[in-house]
Amino acid sequence: MRLEGTGLTCVRGGREVFAGLSFSVGAGQALLVTGRNGAGKSSLLRMVAGLVRIASGRLALADADPEQTLPEQAHYLGHLDTLKSSLTVAENLSFWTRYLGGRSAPQAALVELGLDALADLPAAYLSAGQRRRLSLARLRAIKRPLWLLDEPTSALDQDAQDILARLMRDHLAGGGIIVAAAHGAIGLDGAGTLRLGAGP
Amino acid sequence: MSALAALFMRDVRLAIRVGGGGGIGVLFFLTVVVLMPFAIGPDLALLGRIGPAILWLGALLASLLTLDRLLAGDYEDGSLDLILMADTPLELAVAAKAAAHWLTTGLPLVIATPLLGLFMNLDGRASAAVALTLLVGTPALTFIGLIGGALSVALRRGGLLLAVLVLPLTVPVLIFGVSASNAAIIGPLPFGTPFTILCALTLVSLVVGIFAAAAALRQGME
Repeated sequence: MRLEGTGLTCVRGGREVFAGLSFSVGAGQALLVTGRNGAGKSSLLRMVAGLVRIASGRLALADADPEQTLPEQAHYLGHLDTLKSSLTVAENLSFWTRYLGGRSAPQAALVELGLDALADLPAAYLSAGQRRRLSLARLRAIKRPLWLLDEPTSALDQDAQDILARLMRDHLAGGGIIVAAAHGAIGLDGAGTLRLGAGP
Repeated sequence: MSALAALFMRDVRLAIRVGGGGGIGVLFFLTVVVLMPFAIGPDLALLGRIGPAILWLGALLASLLTLDRLLAGDYEDGSLDLILMADTPLELAVAAKAAAHWLTTGLPLVIATPLLGLFMNLDGRASAAVALTLLVGTPALTFIGLIGGALSVALRRGGLLLAVLVLPLTVPVLIFGVSASNAAIIGPLPFGTPFTILCALTLVSLVVGIFAAAAALRQGME
C-alpha cells in the first residue's frame, strides 16, 4: 500500500495555499508535515481526507482495497474532538465504532487510553487532555490503514504522549500509514518530513 | 444499516438528555397557543374558527426553533467531517438525523395537539383532525428544514437565516394542512382532497429534502 500525491494544489477562499506538492508514503512509513502557521498543513490533511477539494493534481492510495474510497480507509483526527458532551465516554466511543464499522469492542480501547474508569462519565466533565485521549481511542477501536493526525500531541500529558507513540508504532508495524502535521517531535522515529511553504 | 441505527439512536439520546432541546419545542408550542386566547379575547366562536390555523402556526414555529441545531451541532464538534468520510451515504445519514429530529420534536407536537385544542375551543373530532394533519405534515417541516439547516450549517448565527430560508418553502404545507383541518371541521370541501395533497407534499419533501441537504453539505464543507 502506498499513498501518493502528485502536483497537488490547494486553493481556499481564492488564495493559493500550496501548489505543485508531491509526496509518497509507503506501508509502514510515516510522513511528518511541518511548516509555519498557515502553510497548509491542516488543509493537506483535510484534502487527503476528502474534506477539501483538490484544485489540481492527483491523490491515490495504491494497492489498497478497491471497493473503498480513500476517505473510507482513513482516520482523520483534527482539531475538533467529535465528542458529544451529554453522552458518556463509552457512548461516544461506541457510537463512532458502530457508525464507522469497527469490529473490536470499544472497551479495550478505553483501557488502553486509560479512560476505563471514566467510561460512565458524561464527556462534558472531561478535561481537554482526556477529550483528546477519547478521540485517540477511536483510532484504536476501528481499524483503518491510513491515519491522518493533525497535531495529535496537543493537550496530551507525557503519559498520553507515550501511549500515542506506542499506538503509532504498532500501527506502522502492522503495515499502516501515518501522515501527521506537527510543529515538534511527536514520537515518530524515522519519519519522512514534508516541509510546506517557504521560510523557517 | 447498523451505522444508521447508531446515528438515529445517538440523536434521539442527545435530544432527550439535558440541553438537547427535545422538550423545548413542545413548551414553545404550548406558550404560543396559550397566548392566543389572551390576545384575541374570549370569543369562543372565533377561536374555534381560527383554532386549526393557530395550532398549525404554533407547530411550524416550534419545529423551526429546534431545526438550527439539527446539523450545526455536528458541524461544530467535527462529527460532520467523519460522517462525510464514512462509507454510509450522506443522504441516508441526513435522513436518519431528520427522522430522529422528527421523533423527538415533531411527534410530541402531535401528541400535545388534543390538549391544546381545548384552549382553542375545538371539540374532540376537530382536535383529532388537526392532530392527524400535523402527524402527516410535520415530517415535511423537518425535511424542508433539513435543507435550510444544511445551507446555513457553517454560519455562526445560522438560525435567523434558516427561518428566512425555510418559512417560505413551508407555505404549501401550511395551506393544505390548515385547509384539510378546516374541511374536517366546517366543510364544505371533503377532507380527503387537501389531506392527500398534504401527504404528497410530505413525500416530495422527504425525497427532495435529503438529496438537497446532502448536496448542500458537500458543497458547504470547503
